[in-house]
Amino acid sequence: MKITVSGVTKEVNDGLTLPDLIELENVETPQYVTVSVNEEFVEGEARETGRLKDGDVVEFLYFMGGGR
Amino acid sequence: MSRIYLHREVYDELARYAGEHLPKESCGLLGGREDESGRHVEKIYYLTNVDDAEDHFTMDPKEQLAAVKDMRALGLTPLGNWHSHPDTPSRPSREDVKLAHDPGASYMILSFMTEHPVLNSFRVTDGEVVKEDLRIFSDEHPDW
Repeated sequence: MKITVSGVTKEVNDGLTLPDLIELENVETPQYVTVSVNEEFVEGEARETGRLKDGDVVEFLYFMGGGR
Repeated sequence: MSRIYLHREVYDELARYAGEHLPKESCGLLGGREDESGRHVEKIYYLTNVDDAEDHFTMDPKEQLAAVKDMRALGLTPLGNWHSHPDTPSRPSREDVKLAHDPGASYMILSFMTEHPVLNSFRVTDGEVVKEDLRIFSDEHPDW
């Protein structure tokens, strides 16, 4: 199936999970990365078990914050 | 030392925006391009500080996503982010370093601690902070 990751369309295995994709993409410090699929933020259990489907658009966003 | 370029007009706009939001911290993203000469900031994104605080900031993820999409539409690359320090120096605080999770990002910090704002840019990798060679240039002084 084809999905778009960070603006790049690529061919991946059917049934790929989000954790699989995070590993495949070598996302650094994934615990601090917010994932969105089709502009919906993926949270909780869905982040661990969610399966991607053909045509999905995935974005990885680093948490950005700081303080004194 | 990695080099990063910022046009004077873009810097002035950034300083004006952050100054208007004092005493709160303000924040946003940097879009631009990168080549062998360094990073070139071409657009500053102004995002909501959802902490709405004088000593802390968190960017709104929805606005982050919108900004990244805008960069892509304009053919720009996400280069990093910026935030202001209303009354502390232009360098990452311990908390800033702890929360800097993107080793590929430039972290710009605009300080209002002194009479004139001071801007510096850094990379943070595994807690190690390295200053970037920030060049603010103008059309009159393109090579500065």
